[in-house]
Amino acid sequence: MPPESISIAGSFETPPLVRPQRTRRGHLASRHVTGWLLAAPLAVVLLAFLVLPIIMIVVVSFWTATEFSIVPAFSWENYEFLLGSDVTWRVLLNTAKYAVVTWAITVVLGFTVAYFLAFHVRSQTWQTALFLLCTIPFWTSNIIRMISWIPFLGREGLANSALLSWGVIDEPLDWLLFSDFSVILAFVHLYTLFMVVPIFNTMMRIDRTLIEAANDAGASGFQTLWNVVLPLTRPGIMIGTIFVITLVMGDFITVRFMSGSQSANVGRLIQNDIGLLQYPSASATSVLLLIVTLMVIGILLRLVDIRKEL
Amino acid sequence: MRTGQDLELIHLTKRYGDTVAVDDVSYLFRGGSYVCLLGPSGCGKTSTLRMIAGHETASQGSIVLCGTEVTGLPPAKRGTAMMFQSYALFPHLTVRDNVAFSLKMKGVDQAVRHKRAGELLELVDMTRYADRLPSQLSGGQQQRVALARALVTNPQVLLLDEPLSALDPFLRVRMRTELKKLQRELGISFIHVTHGQDEALALADEIVLMNNARIEQAGPAREIFNAPRTEFVARFMGGHNVVALPQGRFALRADSVRLAQNGTEAVVRAVEYQGGHVALTARLAGDQEILALIPEGDFYADPKSPGDAVRLAWDEGRLHRLQA
Repeated sequence: MPPESISIAGSFETPPLVRPQRTRRGHLASRHVTGWLLAAPLAVVLLAFLVLPIIMIVVVSFWTATEFSIVPAFSWENYEFLLGSDVTWRVLLNTAKYAVVTWAITVVLGFTVAYFLAFHVRSQTWQTALFLLCTIPFWTSNIIRMISWIPFLGREGLANSALLSWGVIDEPLDWLLFSDFSVILAFVHLYTLFMVVPIFNTMMRIDRTLIEAANDAGASGFQTLWNVVLPLTRPGIMIGTIFVITLVMGDFITVRFMSGSQSANVGRLIQNDIGLLQYPSASATSVLLLIVTLMVIGILLRLVDIRKEL
Repeated sequence: MRTGQDLELIHLTKRYGDTVAVDDVSYLFRGGSYVCLLGPSGCGKTSTLRMIAGHETASQGSIVLCGTEVTGLPPAKRGTAMMFQSYALFPHLTVRDNVAFSLKMKGVDQAVRHKRAGELLELVDMTRYADRLPSQLSGGQQQRVALARALVTNPQVLLLDEPLSALDPFLRVRMRTELKKLQRELGISFIHVTHGQDEALALADEIVLMNNARIEQAGPAREIFNAPRTEFVARFMGGHNVVALPQGRFALRADSVRLAQNGTEAVVRAVEYQGGHVALTARLAGDQEILALIPEGDFYADPKSPGDAVRLAWDEGRLHRLQA
């Protein structure tokens, strides 16, 4: 909505804002200098550790390599190979599949947990306590959390032996570990909290009288959820979505451990290239991944305006 | 006189743990009347309103609307509608969708509910703004939308929770005229919670003055103002002096006290010019303060300053005996 259409009829004339006049030019200049100085440390850090490496990656992606040497040159060779190979597309598709399935599960879980915490837990003490409980898994490292699934899900693992002893199954389930199932399970385990936090945060900002107003208008619990809570939680969902999508798209270690090196995603492709010292090829794959991820985020940001949440 | 539209509270009680918010309140709200629930903050007026609306469950007692017991019914099934203090408009919906919200919840199809919303918006003169979001409206406009949204279900009783408190004084006076006009046109009951006695006097056919979880006094506005039953009522309604005489305590309207040649001796403490009147505070012997509202013309014919000795007089007939 353009600002000029926001005219408030019947409101009173307000005097124009009077800005304090600066009398000395020196004062003005020093304010600018202070501003630049304050912004400088972060700018330097971002430049050195984010912008430069990315430029480096882009540059290297145009170099060529043989088995034993890397040749600085300008060549489309890496991209031609990458885009021409159907392995790339299959792996990219697999990466997208992981991202979408993980997103779908974490968004449902995250919304449910956040909704419970925000609207059903009345006492603030309990709210804080339960929220901290959600963060407990983060007290150990990602990799340890992942590996701890292996004895649980394996052929002789806890899950299989329990199911066998209950008589639910006759022989161990093979798909529990080293499968897409276990990869997605680990992703969900690792990243659900990144969905819970922003959604919970947005929900806590919803005015509780809106729920009462919906109730007053005859909305059932589900109708209130669908027509009031969900639309107002959209920015939080979107932020969580960006977290989860980028984390899953860029992951390689979870896929490696949990699929037992049987599935691949783009991260694994890059890791393989690096292992073979094929840096130019790894760089080209990275650039492709970066572009795809940025495109996804660009689309998401067009769908929902998250600026008011930040 | 009872009509079919009456709302009756019968021994209504609300407890929060050990605190009693509303203590055994019984009252009959006549159909089609404008009633103000008045009282200081924490007196139980809002809890009473919320129990009538169904947003708070009654600990004891019952609520009967149009001959039907509604105590246990959900808010939307009672025939009441509530307008919230902060308006509680849905920020993600346009004005039209806000007004049509309850119809949408009932499953009314879009064309019908938009038509009905259009009628309501016309009633509150907001048709032009139907496609705006609430954040693009001023406070007064948001209030009109909230009003339209509450009225869209044709309630028998409209409950208003301090509806004017968020507006600036000028707009408040204008909206209060409109509320009264709307109530007269619609012919339904309005129950309006407020802590402002001027608002209550201006609007109400009947005032229910609450204090400490109970009804202190209820009746037509003029009766409450002219015949306060207790000292609390006299002081809360303002414009009254409470005079302790050997016969007991009396309420004396400030505008019936005048400066005179012979009367009770007093010393002027403060003089406040209020436009049509001058508020003169004087101290009588025995440390009693008396407020006199003296017509401007009379006062400036013979002006007084703080510290001056004056004589105050009033007609014996204007003394109103207080019961407590």
